[in-house]
Amino acid sequence: MAAHQSLGQLIIRRLLLGLLLLLMISGIIFAGTELLPGDVAQSILGQSATPEALKNLRLEMGLDRPPLERYLSWLTNLAQGDLGTSLSSGRDIGEMIGDRLGNTLFLAASAAIIAVPLAIFLGLIAVLHRNGIVDKVISISTISMISLPEFFIGYLLILFIAVHLNWLPSSSIIYNSMTFGEKLQAIALPCLTLTLVCLAHMMRMTRAAILNVMSSPYIETAQLKGLSAFRVIFHHAFPNAISPIITVVVLNLAYLVVGVVVVEIIYVYPGMGQLLVDHVTNRDIPVVQAVGLIFAAIYILLNMFADIMAIIANPRLRHPK
Amino acid sequence: MPVPHFLEVSNLEITASINMPGDIPKKITLVDNISFKLKRGEVIGLIGESGAGKSTIGLAALGYARSGCAISGGSIKINGTDILQLPTKARNKMRGTQVAYVAQSAAAAFNPAHRISDQVIEEAVVHRLMSKTEALAYADDLYEKLGLPDPKNFGRRYPHQVSGGQLQRAMTVMALCAKPDLIIFDEPTTALDVTTQIEVLATIKNAIKDTGVAALYITHDLAVVAQVSDYIMVLRHGKMVEFGSTDQIINHAQQQYTQELVSIRAMEKEEQAAPDSRPLLQVSHIDAAYDGLNKVLEDVTLHLHAGQTLSIVGESGSGKSTLARVITGLLPPLQGSIVFNGIELSAGLKNRDLEQLRELQMIYQMADVAMNPRHTIGQIIGRPIEFYHGTKGAQKRRETIELLDQIELGEQYIDRYPAELSGGQKQRVCIARALAAKPSLIICDEVTSALDPLVADGILQLLMDLQKEHNYAYLFITHDLATVKAISDSIAVMYQGSLVRFGQKSKVLSPPFDDYTQMLLSSVPEMELGWLERILASRTMQSADN
Repeated sequence: MAAHQSLGQLIIRRLLLGLLLLLMISGIIFAGTELLPGDVAQSILGQSATPEALKNLRLEMGLDRPPLERYLSWLTNLAQGDLGTSLSSGRDIGEMIGDRLGNTLFLAASAAIIAVPLAIFLGLIAVLHRNGIVDKVISISTISMISLPEFFIGYLLILFIAVHLNWLPSSSIIYNSMTFGEKLQAIALPCLTLTLVCLAHMMRMTRAAILNVMSSPYIETAQLKGLSAFRVIFHHAFPNAISPIITVVVLNLAYLVVGVVVVEIIYVYPGMGQLLVDHVTNRDIPVVQAVGLIFAAIYILLNMFADIMAIIANPRLRHPK
Repeated sequence: MPVPHFLEVSNLEITASINMPGDIPKKITLVDNISFKLKRGEVIGLIGESGAGKSTIGLAALGYARSGCAISGGSIKINGTDILQLPTKARNKMRGTQVAYVAQSAAAAFNPAHRISDQVIEEAVVHRLMSKTEALAYADDLYEKLGLPDPKNFGRRYPHQVSGGQLQRAMTVMALCAKPDLIIFDEPTTALDVTTQIEVLATIKNAIKDTGVAALYITHDLAVVAQVSDYIMVLRHGKMVEFGSTDQIINHAQQQYTQELVSIRAMEKEEQAAPDSRPLLQVSHIDAAYDGLNKVLEDVTLHLHAGQTLSIVGESGSGKSTLARVITGLLPPLQGSIVFNGIELSAGLKNRDLEQLRELQMIYQMADVAMNPRHTIGQIIGRPIEFYHGTKGAQKRRETIELLDQIELGEQYIDRYPAELSGGQKQRVCIARALAAKPSLIICDEVTSALDPLVADGILQLLMDLQKEHNYAYLFITHDLATVKAISDSIAVMYQGSLVRFGQKSKVLSPPFDDYTQMLLSSVPEMELGWLERILASRTMQSADN
């Protein structure tokens, strides 16, 4: 029974399940790339390669070994932190990804720092003025944002803010030598795009989760204590609505990291998304595999975090009888 | 100089608007022309059935109306100020500091996310009556005064960590903490077991006496209100039926409705002796657990004869509903046997044949959720007729109508939906559904607990009439001892999963008693003034003797 388990045990169990899930995903990624027509040797040598040359290269790369054996050796290398080498540039994939992952996380974190508190705040305001004009304005504006595809919002922002008003640059290329302030300025537009795109989902969920709690008897108790409407909502309703809110916030955080591909392309931002797209074009399969695995790991990690937070938010589990 | 009235309610009118989709919005009057006055130190009991408007009046004293309702007329003066005219801020201040509210279910009224003390002192601190430290110290005092265990640490717990009775007392502490002049008690003991109710009742009564607050005490139980109030107002359909001192209402009621309320439970079935023949149901040495480890039933052995009623009585958690689940096969027991009509029933539901299923029917506490809201009454009752007997078409309809006549509803209900029926009518439909199978044993699980006393009496009367006519046996699960007296031939008293007492009604209900049965029986409020003091005094003497 879940209730009898200590929190520590629960977290360890979730971690182990997460690892298992990651293992399964590594299998799926490997199998997926195996299914693609042609193999790595074919992509290196190109369509015009002679069968002889292909055979030699395959031998050299160990591609003649059975798939399971290759999968296991890939996995062993992964476990030791070795992601392999890129086919197109010959560079170490770990090194290539390092900077890019940092950039993606930087962009995602900046967007999250703005979007999450803003969404929750708007959700609270919407509940406070529920069914009134403020609630409707918030809902309509955020929902129209989510209804537009992100590339469209992205180009609209470029058109107005970068081209017409000339306030911010239209591309977001950043270098290590830039100062933190310069970096922030460079990512302002993609950050804004991401914020607009994920705001509605979190805000609507916050509103719905709190409204769901608002019909509870303890809310009436709070109202009968003569507390202000804001205190009733923030202090009494919000803590009880936190689990579904955490879940949707984390799903959106995962989207911010994993789903930025389109936004990175629009703003020419050197992140994981662009790396992925570039190497898909080059059929650089080891890089694609590594990026896919990292995305999967982030997704699993964030979801696990959401689960654990939801458990911690429940006082029954935090303070057993 | 005469003492001024603290609360003056005059010509109060409260309406609700109903917006059924497709219909023109309707206004209905929930509370109609109610007036009363209350001084400090006085208690008025508001009594009536559900829908009488008692809670609505209680909440109005805080200037609060539930969503969909509106206070549409009259005035409510607190200390001379009409609170209905106050702006929101001033009204909020009044709510926290002058008038406090104790809700029916403390378990639901406490916020599960915060510690008890944080909620108890919230009014006092938010309205700046005390500093946090002062308020906490005062709350600790009150915990002690109201007899809560380990008062120094009680408030540090979360609501789910304490029992229902303790939480109800904590709710009273919460109301007292901001030192209000008026407290509204809205059915504060209804959700509790009788043995817990008596303790909570005593603490509430003492708290009112010690602090000299005025109180409105809302309940549907006349025997309870007789113990705590100075005056009683009887309400029905939002109108006042009768108002008088507690003595006047209990002993010299003028109105017929009040007299009915007072004389309720006069019904008592004449006990039938147990025949020597084989019992219809023989339950032997049952052990059961939900998780296979912690036994919720231990060595339960009892029997029931055809055409008779066995009441299983006990507090919440005593295992009485679990026993019903074991008998019906929903929960296979760890060990023990169930013999029905001379044949041992298999433990699990799956291995019982249709005939065995048919013979054993069940009626539940919440008629509301026990029926499919999208089926008509005819479909609900017709389904078991077809399922068990294969009857279809016109014959099925004829039998359905016959059953509707038996439950005193009649043919006109056949095409209606459950939502169109009152609580008592819904329970009658559930009875008809059980009868449709033509069973020999019906398990009734708290079937009258959710109903008002007069309606509940009607249901019990119906069940008794049906038994006389068709010789059904009833296994009647209840926590209400008045019901037990009214309907049983034999009684089983359960406590913490074990049988404490089992036998014919006359034997079980007469001395010598075991300790638990003694306590249970003496805890049932009786409709007489001073009962609470008498029973508490006799208990103190007993414990002094020991």
